[in-house]
Amino acid sequence: MMEYHLSTPLKKEDIKELSAGDIVYISGTVLTARDEAHARILELKEEGKELPFSLEGAAIYHCGPLMQQTDGKWRVVAAGPTTSDRMSKMTPALLENFNVRVLIGKGGMNNVADAMKEKCVYLAYTGGCAALASGSIKNVPAVHWPDLGMPEAVWELEVNEFGPLIVGIDTKGEDLFTSIKEKARSSFLKL
Amino acid sequence: MVMVTSMVTSMVTYKNVVEATVDIIREAETQLPDDVIDALKSARQNESSDVAKSQIDAILKNIEIASNNNIPLCQDTGILIFYVEIGRELKLDIDLKGAILEASRIATQEVPLRPNAVHPITRSNSSDNTGDGLPDIKYDFVEGDQLKIMVAPKGAGSENMSALKMMNPTELKDIRKFILETVLNAGGRPCPPIIVGVGIGGSFDKAARLAKAALLRKVTDMNDEEKGILKDINSLGIGPMGLGGDNTALAVHLATSYCHTASLPVAINIQCWANRHASVVLGGDE
Repeated sequence: MMEYHLSTPLKKEDIKELSAGDIVYISGTVLTARDEAHARILELKEEGKELPFSLEGAAIYHCGPLMQQTDGKWRVVAAGPTTSDRMSKMTPALLENFNVRVLIGKGGMNNVADAMKEKCVYLAYTGGCAALASGSIKNVPAVHWPDLGMPEAVWELEVNEFGPLIVGIDTKGEDLFTSIKEKARSSFLKL
Repeated sequence: MVMVTSMVTSMVTYKNVVEATVDIIREAETQLPDDVIDALKSARQNESSDVAKSQIDAILKNIEIASNNNIPLCQDTGILIFYVEIGRELKLDIDLKGAILEASRIATQEVPLRPNAVHPITRSNSSDNTGDGLPDIKYDFVEGDQLKIMVAPKGAGSENMSALKMMNPTELKDIRKFILETVLNAGGRPCPPIIVGVGIGGSFDKAARLAKAALLRKVTDMNDEEKGILKDINSLGIGPMGLGGDNTALAVHLATSYCHTASLPVAINIQCWANRHASVVLGGDE
């Protein structure tokens, strides 16, 4: 089990050594995006329109943060990961159109390992640990699409040593969650 | 912790109900009940996988940070579910529902809570955690002259993994299989180690209500049958967050009700490790 410290924006070379089960800490900018933001990103792409943020070498965080605004400035109260699998169906199209290098979430994803090969890694953060996560989020430079509501908007979060994150799906097609689930299924059949 | 003893003498006025309800929402969102923390600590002790240990360590650290800094444990502060017990000798002449709604709006600003309530079709967010049908308030009449309010914020990650089946009465032995399959299909998605509430009998909706209320029992309060199902669940090796390990669930709680002779409704409500709830008692002749 290796430990890596990555900084955004990320290149393919930065993530190719990572293997399922390794530990990662990320610094730089992560963009939150969940169901509605994924749908809008793909919708705008379809219409040939520009996004108000860049996904080049980006880290997307499956997260609907709890934010508070004081004196016009946003601050993170709590920002743990949401269930990534809700984004599984939209992820191959996202990766086909944008050079996103890291997805951060919880619970794993289904049928995305092929689409992620040589392109992107999936990193798992401990679900429910929102108070813990907020400690490594230093700043909120921008919010996009606030009309989607606080949980669904795209928040730019400046993070420092965000982690520990466990590599769930690597660029070589290895998927930790799927292999654990397959083992669980065979244990279930033996019961 | 809310000082239940000092609250006992609070009169049941609109203002007192609003204040006490804001207090229990804050308590539920920022501190876990001791029995849940103890169960997580003992899970940490009997866990053999290193990755799993790291996940439980993060959870325990998160619990400490949330409690010390008075901030929500999880960004998914849930939808608010209230269990209200009204003593039948209590004279209740206030707008109780209105007080609970007002407390939910105040708590959204003050705790703060993430605004989670949206219209199911338009998905437009009410921004204050209320809306037609929310928060969900369940009323019950009990002995005595007091008013008890319990709040259980429920996040969507675990709620979405729940299941209900109208089984055949002769399929009794398949209930265990249904529970295990539901946990297996959920995998890491509901933030394990989970608590599994199972409602057996009643009707389509009553089975679900039983399953949800079963989540509020003390974690260690399990009979041999429940312990046996728990052992089977943990033998699957899904582990904390679905990353593998010995602790997929902390508890299984079964609750039953008489049902129609032709029916066997079974509902399974999944709860993440953050089994949040807090309560307060008002009124009484002291």
